[in-house]
Amino acid sequence: MLYRTASQFKTSYHADHALFPVRQDAWLLGIILIFAYAIIPMTASEFTFNALLIPVLIYALAALGLNILTGYAGQLSLGTGAFMGVGAYACFKIITAFPDLNIVVAIALSGFFSAAVGVAFGLPSLRIKGFYLAITTLAAQFFLVWLFEKWGWLYNYSSSGAIQVPNIEMFGIIVAGPNASSVTQYYFVLAVVTAVTWLAINITRGRIGRIWKSVRDMDIAAELVGINLMKAKLSAFAISSYIVGVAGALFVFLWRGAAEPNLFDIPLSFRVLFIAIIGGLGSILGNYLGAILIVALPVVLGTLPGMLGIPIQSATVEHLNVMIVGATIILFLIVEPHGLARFWQIIREKLIMWPFPH
Amino acid sequence: MNAQPEHTAIVAARDDGIAPGELLMDVRNVSLRFGGVKAITDISFNVRKGEIRAIIGPNGAGKTSMLNVINGFYTPQEGTITFRGVERRAMKPHHAVRQGIARTFQNVALFKGMSTLDNIMTGRSVKMNRGLGWQMLWHGPALREEIEHREKVEEIIDFLEIQHIRRTPVGKLPYGLQKRVELGRALAMEPSLLLLDEPMAGMNLEEKEDMSRFILDVNRQRGTTICLIEHDMGVVMDLSDRVVVLDYGKKIADGVPDEVKSNQQVIDAYLGVAH
Repeated sequence: MLYRTASQFKTSYHADHALFPVRQDAWLLGIILIFAYAIIPMTASEFTFNALLIPVLIYALAALGLNILTGYAGQLSLGTGAFMGVGAYACFKIITAFPDLNIVVAIALSGFFSAAVGVAFGLPSLRIKGFYLAITTLAAQFFLVWLFEKWGWLYNYSSSGAIQVPNIEMFGIIVAGPNASSVTQYYFVLAVVTAVTWLAINITRGRIGRIWKSVRDMDIAAELVGINLMKAKLSAFAISSYIVGVAGALFVFLWRGAAEPNLFDIPLSFRVLFIAIIGGLGSILGNYLGAILIVALPVVLGTLPGMLGIPIQSATVEHLNVMIVGATIILFLIVEPHGLARFWQIIREKLIMWPFPH
Repeated sequence: MNAQPEHTAIVAARDDGIAPGELLMDVRNVSLRFGGVKAITDISFNVRKGEIRAIIGPNGAGKTSMLNVINGFYTPQEGTITFRGVERRAMKPHHAVRQGIARTFQNVALFKGMSTLDNIMTGRSVKMNRGLGWQMLWHGPALREEIEHREKVEEIIDFLEIQHIRRTPVGKLPYGLQKRVELGRALAMEPSLLLLDEPMAGMNLEEKEDMSRFILDVNRQRGTTICLIEHDMGVVMDLSDRVVVLDYGKKIADGVPDEVKSNQQVIDAYLGVAH
């Protein structure tokens, strides 16, 4: 009933090409944005910002980057964590070399470094596909983390081998570093994530998105409709790695505040990959749904017993947490193997049809 | 399906400055080997502008290999191909597309995860050139270009009568419609030469009739030159202007359908006689 599309006619291709051809979708997004920009910041606590909201946004952004490569262009990658690391270290070097540079510019620039590294490690994709390509990106994962550890120049030869985020001001407000307030950081991350998501949606629904999808679905046919496979694959690696790099810079500068090389190890790559798969490959919305499930759900479950006053040992809570989250993931994948985004799509189609079954 | 609507505004085939009836493509002494296997041996034939040219022959005769050579998928060891007056040798398929050669496949090669509309729009990728910067912003030049090409694609959709499946992912469509979408994608490239590899394989009679109608319409209304491979002799003999017959990688006959039909070598190798 709420999703009735009757009387919403399209009389021009311009209207048909709108981001939300169905009016209700636009309203829904509007409500979510109002919540994200106005209502949540007014009500959330310090803990909610740091443990839930900021990480969900950053992980969703990283998954969005990976999704462009894997979900849209069909190139499997296991090196996401390392590419995030490239973004983070590049941002660190830029900030320490030019302390007066605006942090937005620094983060935007650091993406170019991860894009370049991504393209370099994407070169094997011109010859190999699927799992074999995944193994070569795994090589990137090992090599880059090793480099973060051994190349002292990257962390300015600090004795700990870690990078520390200094206090960074933008227009007189501290946005990053130990003295930054959570609300500021949240708004910063939210703005970056909103902007990048909008740009990514535009790319994926236009010519370049179609080219990527055609390479994913059948590369030989793509070549025979005149698509240059090399350009298509490498552009996917570049744009994907750029977004992943930006996510990596946010990850360290706006959330963790410090990073050691092993932070960017395989578990991070897998975590981002899981978010993309469970959320739904080839979808933008899925990255957010996946991040909520994988990043936020464990945190919420962990705090529930304390809030409800149930006396359980924290170790038991941890165990239960792992079990529940694991079971939820399996359940969702059985119910809808194509991810949460598809799940939402089906619900939406049913709502549009409602009360008729077909 | 039986009433043919009037097609008034159909995307024109590209103007290549060649008058109808003149030579569009000339294949000279082409040989293709895979190691010791000779797929094609010393084949020469030509395609005239505006005609429907059929390639027939038994399985394994080298028909599909011939198409693959024409659109740059394989590079022949010997021989030359002159297309629109320009001789060429080694090339990539996407170069062939830019020269004006489009094709469909024996087994449908569509982009399964994409809708009919997107599949046909992908056929126009080569003609769209707004860069990443505009694409990211969407509004403005990129959207204008998108709509401009959407109009062309809608003409093709109308022409092929597939309006009702515009938004359906092609993976869900029945085989006959998939073949039609594939033809649509090839038409979107506005080719001067359209290669069809068994456009009617696996179709029932009605679907074959429809497809024959579309092929004739494409040829007559748009002036597109067509080169097709087909096993249904009724269709081949009715549609085509000239037929070339291959057997074991060699050319055994070339001419108008009636000539070919009565050629003893062709009857022995392929057509057979009624018992």
